Formats: sequence, C-alpha cells, structure tokens
Amino acid sequence: MSLDLRIPMGLMFSLIGMILSAVGLATRGNQALYARSLGINANLWWGLVLLAFGLTMLLLGQRGQRRIEKERQLPPVKGDARRGH
Amino acid sequence: MPNLTAVDWLIMLLYFVFVLGIGYALKRHMKTSMDFLQAGRVLPAWICGLAFMGASLGGQEVIGMGASGARYGLETAHFFGIGAIPAMVFVGLFMMPLYYGSKARSVPEFLRLRFDEKTRALNACTFAAMTVVSSGISMYMMARLMQALHLFDGFFREQGWAPEGIFTFSILLSAAIVLAYILLGGLASAIYNHVLQFFLVVAGLLPMVLLGLRNIGGWSGLKASVPIQYMHEWKGLAHAGANPMGIEGIGLGLGLGFVLGAGYWCTDFRVIQTAMASKNIESARRVPLIAAVPRMLFPFLVILPGVLAIGLPTPRTTTVIRVVDGAIIRETTVVSPQVEQGRGLVPARTDPATGKPMLDATGQPLLDYDMATPNMLLHFLPTGLLGLGLTALLATLMSGMAANATAFNTVFTYDLYQSYIHKGASDQHYLAVGRWATVGGILLSIGTAYAATHFNNIMDTLLLVFSFVNAPLFATFLLGMFWKRATGHGAFSGLIVGAAAAMLHHGLTLPIEALPGIHGGWIAVLRHYPSDMAQNLWTAIFAFSANFIVTVLVSYCTRARPEAELVGLVHSLTPKPEHAHIAWWKRPEALAVAVLLGAVALNIFFY
Repeated sequence: MSLDLRIPMGLMFSLIGMILSAVGLATRGNQALYARSLGINANLWWGLVLLAFGLTMLLLGQRGQRRIEKERQLPPVKGDARRGH
Repeated sequence: MPNLTAVDWLIMLLYFVFVLGIGYALKRHMKTSMDFLQAGRVLPAWICGLAFMGASLGGQEVIGMGASGARYGLETAHFFGIGAIPAMVFVGLFMMPLYYGSKARSVPEFLRLRFDEKTRALNACTFAAMTVVSSGISMYMMARLMQALHLFDGFFREQGWAPEGIFTFSILLSAAIVLAYILLGGLASAIYNHVLQFFLVVAGLLPMVLLGLRNIGGWSGLKASVPIQYMHEWKGLAHAGANPMGIEGIGLGLGLGFVLGAGYWCTDFRVIQTAMASKNIESARRVPLIAAVPRMLFPFLVILPGVLAIGLPTPRTTTVIRVVDGAIIRETTVVSPQVEQGRGLVPARTDPATGKPMLDATGQPLLDYDMATPNMLLHFLPTGLLGLGLTALLATLMSGMAANATAFNTVFTYDLYQSYIHKGASDQHYLAVGRWATVGGILLSIGTAYAATHFNNIMDTLLLVFSFVNAPLFATFLLGMFWKRATGHGAFSGLIVGAAAAMLHHGLTLPIEALPGIHGGWIAVLRHYPSDMAQNLWTAIFAFSANFIVTVLVSYCTRARPEAELVGLVHSLTPKPEHAHIAWWKRPEALAVAVLLGAVALNIFFY
C-alpha cells in the first residue's frame, strides 16, 4: 500500500480547518450564533487548531511518502532487515 | 432544533469525498484475495494500532459510553481501565505471536489449526451471524438517532420528501458509502478509514467537552454539580449497594477484567483483523499496545460528555421581559415536557404510544440516556462545528459497520466458502467471492436493521443469544494457547457447555426492577442483581468457568495431539520472538510497561 495515510488525512483536516476558520472570521461578533458556545468564537479557534494539525500531518506524510518512493526504487538487499521506522 | 446550514453539509461532503478517495487510491493494489481480505499484510504498526482502536469505536459504543457516563458516572471508566488495558497488553505480548505467527488468516482458522474442523465451523458460523446482526443493530440505532435529532428535517422539507424517509435515508447513505470504500480498497481501505474516523471523532467531540467543562465551572464545578459517587471509580466498590452500578469489587474485577474485556479484545476478529494486517510480527505485537494509549484517554472524550450532561442545569420554559424604547418585549423560550422532566441535558423517555414521559416504579421519569452525547453536541456546538460533530457521529457508525463487514467477508470467504462450499478454486475466484460476500453481508445487515423496527424483541433476543455464545470464548483461547494438553473435543464441548451455562444463569437471575422475560428469570428467579450490568458480568463469569472446567475434563479423557503439530500454536512450544535488533525502548515489552504504568496513574487520579 504505497500511500502514506497522513497525506489525505492532513489534506482533509487542513481543508476542514480552513472552512471553519473562514466561517469563524466571517461571523466575528455575531453574538446570537456564539451564545451556544459561551460567547467563544469556537469555529475560528477550533478551525485554526485543525488547520495546524492538518498541515503537520501533511508535512510528516510527504516525508514518509518520499521514503516509500525511495525504498521502491532501491529494493532492500535480502537479509538486511529494516530496523524500526 | 437546529437546522444544518451549507457549511455543515460542506464538511460532511468533504469527509465522504476523502473516504471514497482513499478507497479509490488503494484500488490498484487489490490484486489477490490476500490484498483484499488481509490488506496484503504490509501496513505499519501505528496505522493498525489506531485502526484497532477505531474498529472498536462504533456508533453503539460512543453513544452507549455517553449514556453509561450519564447513568453510572465515571465508574464507566472501568470498561476502559480494568476491562480493556490489561487485555490489550495481554493480547499484544502473548497472543499476537500465535495469531500472526501461525499464518492463520482469521480467528476461526486459528481454531482449526489449534483444535479441529468442528470447533472452527461452530465459531465461524456464530461469528458471521453475529457480525451481520450487530452491524444491522448499529445501523438501526444511528438511523433512530438521526430521526430523534431532527437534523435532516429541514433538508427533507426543502426536497419535498416525507419525513418518514429519514430512517431509510440514514441507513442507505451510510451503507452505500461503507460498501463503496470496502469494495474499492478492501481491508486496507477499512483500516485507513478507521484511522481517519478516529481523528474525526477527536476533532468533533473535543470542543464539546472543553466547552461543557468551561460552562460547568471546570473540574471542581463538575464535582460540585453531580452526586459524589459519580466522580469516583473505586470508592464504594467494596459493597455492592454503595456504588451506582451495584457491583462489588470482586465481581467487577473478575468479570470486567478477565472475562468480558479479554474476551472481546483477545478473540474478537473485528479488532484482531487490524493487527493481523500489519507488516511483521513485531508490528503485530505493538498494534494492541499502541491502541491502548488512546483507549486510556478516551474516557475524557466519550464518558465525560454523559457526566457533564447530567451535571448541567435542566432547561426550563422561561419568559424574559425587556423594555426597548418604551415597548415591552416578551421573549419566551419553550422547552418540551420531556426535556423539562429530564435531568440536566438528558431528556425523559417518552412513550411512543401516548407521547407522555414514561415513569419508573417509584414515579420518577425514566431518562433517555442515549441522548446525552448527541444533546451535548446540539447544546454547545455552533453551526460549522456542529457539522463536524455530526460527521464524527456518522463516522463512528460507519466505522462499526466497516469492521463488521470486513470481518464477515474474510470469515465467509476463507472459513465457510473455501472450507465447506468450494475448495481448491483459483485465488481470483476467492477474490470475487470476497467482494460478493461484502455486498451480501451489508444487504443482510440492512435487512436486520429493518427487522429491528418491526420486531424489537427479536433483535434483543438475538443479541442476548450471541452474548451467551461469546461469553465462554476466552476460556477456549486461553487453554488452547497456553495448555498443550487441550484437545479439539475438549474445546468443542467446552464452548457448548459454556454457552448453555450462560443461558441457564440468565434464565435463573433477574436485575431488580425488571420483569421476567428478556431481562432474565425466564426459568425461575433464584437471585436478584442490583443492575443489569451486574447480571451480565456474572453471566460471563459462569460461562467462562463452565467452559474452562469442561474443556479441561474432556481434554484429559481424549487423546492429545503430538507436540510437533502444535509448534507455533501453543505458547510453550513456540520459539520466543527474536528482537535483539530492535532498540530496547521500541520493543513491545517496553511499550507494555509504559501502558500499564499509565493505566495505574489514571486509576489513582480518578480514585
């Protein structure tokens, strides 16, 4: 399975984070909307958290993917078991 | 009730696109039945570990844990503590080398290698039937939840569809998506999506928990607003009467830790299959240990919402009178009677026939605990985040369905079709059978979900029968893996006697405040238990003991298999896993010690 899962996962959370923080920015000061979340602009803050998480995953995933590609080009010598990660 | 806006729908749609996209990306790897049914056995440990956790986190569990939190308080955390963590450590350190090393492709197949054909056939048939029913029931539960939350009502009105269709819409939508991504990418796709769903559950539920805690005044505020025994795991366990669940310490420890927890985590193929898909034996051993880490932290995410929901003030019908520019404005917030008669955010249960809240024997309203977590989502999350929270709930439903579907197709293809219906066909043939088994399994589950709407008791009865079948299973594996003298005849008769003992115990005991029938006591009532949870635990303990004793007795009376045949199947005859080349802190044993220390620390914190 030559797909590092962190790439699609990072992409999805980055997009969700962007959407939420955009909604949060557009609805700044809308007290009726955020009465539920105790006056906190939960969309903006949680959107930023998810965006940061998504981008981190994306970055780690791209490094992992590069490693997968490199391994596929140079098949490991038999008997030399891969150690750890 | 809130209506979903375009943003909420967009987030849900985005999730569906990624789920199917992952399946599509994995499609080109699906060349053999092993690729499809076992994910080619090439996945890294961390992915399988999170999937191990995700596979056990179905909609039933997320909703049910919140409900237990609201009903019993933090004692529910025992399910995570004693129930899960030691069992996960045990399966990782001692059982996984045998499952993975034996080259068995499924748990029933391991039973054939270790014991004999009839033990495998019994296990494969009951397991396949159980996956279909339990997936159908979780579909049914989630569809009812979607109806109760009225989240799709606005969408249905816009489309001009009848609101009765919401049930069918929820079931078909989730079934179609699960079917599509499993057909595309097989077990690998299910595993990848378990991981995605796992993170989505965290992203969707965590803001709700944080806002809830803030609203109630932090941890000390929560302590002040719920009864004292809700906040302690261990206090009051010495006497059955002093804790909300009504279970004494010995029953709890023995029942949860050894029988129920270990029975699920060590023998249920729905979770074991994710570990068996990892790339080598060290990874397979690390999988349950990696899964134990989030499992320890999940009480904060799934139980705490229930406790918070009970602790928050109950909404009341209020009228606020304001004077604006000389005009008097009355603002009335109307709250329905079932919400007003509830406790905190947990509404009272209504009688579907009369529409009035139902009362228990003492005249108190019965509470609909299953609504605790969903009501918390609706109460705290604004449009936008609400879409994310709802997507997380849908994702847990699909996660549970997918775990059932991938376990069913493997057991059907390898243990039933290849063994008894059509032996020796080409691998391409079995790959096709695996795909069709997925379709068939999901169709059967949909049928089960609809049957549940018509015959509620039949479904409860079926689940009860499966609990009888499952209760003694762990004894069979324990004896099979750690006692070389155990024989096939012993295992088979032990399983049957164990299930019969479970049935007998259930028929002779009854929880207090229940009528004889589905809850027990259908033969005669010899003993009353303080709660149905206590009854379930003791049922499991009786079944386990009966199986254990009968398996040992019958094994001594029958001929043992030669030791040479049992290498790789019994712990004492299997060479120790070689891991001198791994740094000490990466070894499964080191991870296991860290996990156990963490579990002890958490239990001290919640004492």
